Amino acid sequence: MSLARRLKAITEFFSKSQPVETNEEKSHSENMNLTLKVWRQNGTDDKGEMVSYSANDISPEMSFLEMLDVVNDQLESESIEPIAFDSDCREGICGMCSLVINGQPHGPGSGTTTCQIYMRSFTDGSTITIEPWRAKAFPITRDLCVDRSAFDRITQAGGYVSMNTGSAPDANSIPIAQDLAEEAMDAAACIGCGACVASCKNASAMLFVGAKVKHLNILPQGQPERQKRVAAMVDSMKEEGFGNCTNEYECEAVCPKTISADHIGFLNRDYVKAKISGQ
Amino acid sequence: MALDAHIPSGPIAEKWDNHRFDLQLVNPANKRKHTAIIVGTGLAGGSAAATLGQLGYNVLSFCSQDSPRRAHSIAAQGGINAAKNYQNDGDSIYRLFYDTVKGGDYRAREANVYRLAQVSTQIIDQCAAQGVPFAREYGGTLANRSFGGAQVSRTFYARGQTGQQLLLGAYSSMMRQVHTGKVKLFPRREMLELVVIDGKARGIIVRNLDSGKIERYVADVVILATGGYGNVFYLSTNAKGCNVTAAWRAHRKGALFANPCYTQIHPTCIPVSGSYQSKLTLMSESLRNDGRVWVPRKTNDTRSPEQIPEDDRDYYLERRYPSFGNLVPRDVASRAAKAVCDEGRGVGKTGRAVYLDFADAIDRDSEQVIRQKYGNLFDMYSEITDENPYKTPMRIYPAVHYTMGGLWVDYNLMSNLPGLFVLGEANFSDHGANRLGASALMQGLADGYFVIPNTLGGYIASEKIDQVTTSHPAFDEAEQQATDRIEKLLSINGSRTVDDFHRELGLVVWDYCGMSRNAEGLIEARRKVQSIRDEFWENVTITGTLGGVNKVLERAGRVADFMEFAELMMVDALTRDESCGGHFREEHQTEEGEARRDDENFAFVSAWEFTGVGQNPILHKEDLIFENVHLTQRSYK
Repeated sequence: MSLARRLKAITEFFSKSQPVETNEEKSHSENMNLTLKVWRQNGTDDKGEMVSYSANDISPEMSFLEMLDVVNDQLESESIEPIAFDSDCREGICGMCSLVINGQPHGPGSGTTTCQIYMRSFTDGSTITIEPWRAKAFPITRDLCVDRSAFDRITQAGGYVSMNTGSAPDANSIPIAQDLAEEAMDAAACIGCGACVASCKNASAMLFVGAKVKHLNILPQGQPERQKRVAAMVDSMKEEGFGNCTNEYECEAVCPKTISADHIGFLNRDYVKAKISGQ
Repeated sequence: MALDAHIPSGPIAEKWDNHRFDLQLVNPANKRKHTAIIVGTGLAGGSAAATLGQLGYNVLSFCSQDSPRRAHSIAAQGGINAAKNYQNDGDSIYRLFYDTVKGGDYRAREANVYRLAQVSTQIIDQCAAQGVPFAREYGGTLANRSFGGAQVSRTFYARGQTGQQLLLGAYSSMMRQVHTGKVKLFPRREMLELVVIDGKARGIIVRNLDSGKIERYVADVVILATGGYGNVFYLSTNAKGCNVTAAWRAHRKGALFANPCYTQIHPTCIPVSGSYQSKLTLMSESLRNDGRVWVPRKTNDTRSPEQIPEDDRDYYLERRYPSFGNLVPRDVASRAAKAVCDEGRGVGKTGRAVYLDFADAIDRDSEQVIRQKYGNLFDMYSEITDENPYKTPMRIYPAVHYTMGGLWVDYNLMSNLPGLFVLGEANFSDHGANRLGASALMQGLADGYFVIPNTLGGYIASEKIDQVTTSHPAFDEAEQQATDRIEKLLSINGSRTVDDFHRELGLVVWDYCGMSRNAEGLIEARRKVQSIRDEFWENVTITGTLGGVNKVLERAGRVADFMEFAELMMVDALTRDESCGGHFREEHQTEEGEARRDDENFAFVSAWEFTGVGQNPILHKEDLIFENVHLTQRSYK
């Protein structure tokens, strides 16, 4: 759809149920022209390469992914295969979106996912490089999409409380101090996007694993399986081909939910205790 | 076709207990001989997979995302209702039941809603035991907040990420069953056809979204937990991938679609900013606990909000509904916002927004307290709008959020097709014509954790299910239908993109079947939908091939189904010649502009039978019988 047609559609959209005059959309002079350098890879076994595209007349109000939508719409209308990238909720919680923008997982800004980056963070005329998460344990399926099922398998190893439906006691029979609940929530906020892995030179998943272990291992519900859980999850992490932590703190810096690297310390301590006790 | 909802007899409070006793059981050793396909891994599908796996059934679990944890339930913010009465403020199972039936504008099935309220308390126990980090009081007990349409505090929450935490609870239970081998995961699969053998749902045809291959799966039963159809509007708060395809494919194979015109427009979303907009972002309803909604008293008042003195502001919800104030139900709040904007009193650059103001709450409680309660929501707002809601009021406008309609199911959550069960937002049964806040999470988990484990056993134990394999001719036929359709899509080679068609369709649905509808418009809209659909099948361009990852092809299939579904919405909205809940027919309103129901003629569920694309569907009615709740004009004044 041409921009003019799109503008017409949106104007109609607003005028339909609206008797008052609206202000004009932001003037086009604020809009930007950008060059994108994007990783294209036709399937897991393809070698892949960076390809340049222009993104013209981009509004600073657009989200980064909306900018890619506009570029893709253009490519599609020219019968060129659009850039494949993952996204779903587009409100920063599903963990699906996963772009390395100018070398930074989830792009500029801190504590945000790719879908929450807005084009106002970029300047007219600039070049933006866009690459997928890169880690041995996250094979690329196409272009910017990767397979993160390794995270599911780590969770299968022990990221749960073994409790069958129907067997729970009354919820208030397990009192939990407010600050403990908050601490567990801080760790539980992980969205499983894998930016921590993508940012780490060792492709370590220890922030992801640490957050889940911390969430469950500090709560009373998680105590019966505390040692078994940490041992199983860490062992699974190693089997999946993730590396170890060497204290660079890149994971914490790019984490869209600002999960603290302190959880890795907790993970290490609990892992050692588990191993000493024979798990 | 006679519709039998199979509602158990007896007093409402005893129906579920009696029914569970009456249902035949499957011997534990026999459960392992039965397989259930579950499509969707949100709260309903995830909790069902976990629980059926624990019981010993073999579960095949499918989702379109790369991990079951990414289903859109994850985005639910505000909370989950339960009749725990921990606050000692007068709540009870009966009150939750009553509020839900009333909130749904008396268009829900009483027996289902009562069961929902009954199991709500077990859901909280279940989730707390899984380690869901619910908000707590200092003494360690669970905290509650209030939500729209209720005068008690019965909503449990985990910051503004309740859906995420509940889903991760269900997901982790499900992962435990994957570990034991009882649940097999099939991520990145999209259901394209339902396979029906001898009148029973026995399997599905899916496309593997990574390899592009078409695959077949057989089971004793098929459970759909595939969410709602809000993306028929193009712009909604749903995730980009949410779609009606699985439900619609089942509908085309004979499953009745109930009340498709019941859609929920959520009052507090971030307004549309431009034509490139790809989705709308919800601001949790919980904000209405502390935020005050207002617009200028005068039309076309262009002053900034800080410059508008108290006397020139109209806190229209507090004025019109003094007893519920800013906490009126969603349909009422949305229509009121539309009304003031239609009067020319809307704010922001488009004039399609109202203020949600926290100044009074910050004065009263301090910025720190407000930050604690809503910090992540305020952050999200300022990321998107580049404004600071601690200093200036938020601008909000209604947006499509949830769909109450869905596949018709009986009390056992089974559709009219034997062996096809439908859970969560994908079915129609519990919310009537309007859903109350914090009830979607409750329903998804009720269906998956507590209802289906009982009713599925009843079906398997009492029904003769023949042995079949995926080489049955019905699988050949269904696979052929799926591939024919894909090949047809790929062969069109037109000039308009899939999104372009989707946007055009969405505008028609929003304009004519959105917050208000009328007969003339709906007739016009049906014609428009037909013509967009005709053009789609002649002029859409789809790049790439069937093999490998092809996101355009994925979207094209979904949009093609939305185009057929949208027509059914128009037919349903036109047939329902009354206003109720989210379905507001302009011809039927009170003098004060509230929805006017017609209980004498429309106290029924509309269940539609597919007869062909562009053909008139056949209406089947399930009469709604209210034995416990007295039908009144809903009042929140």
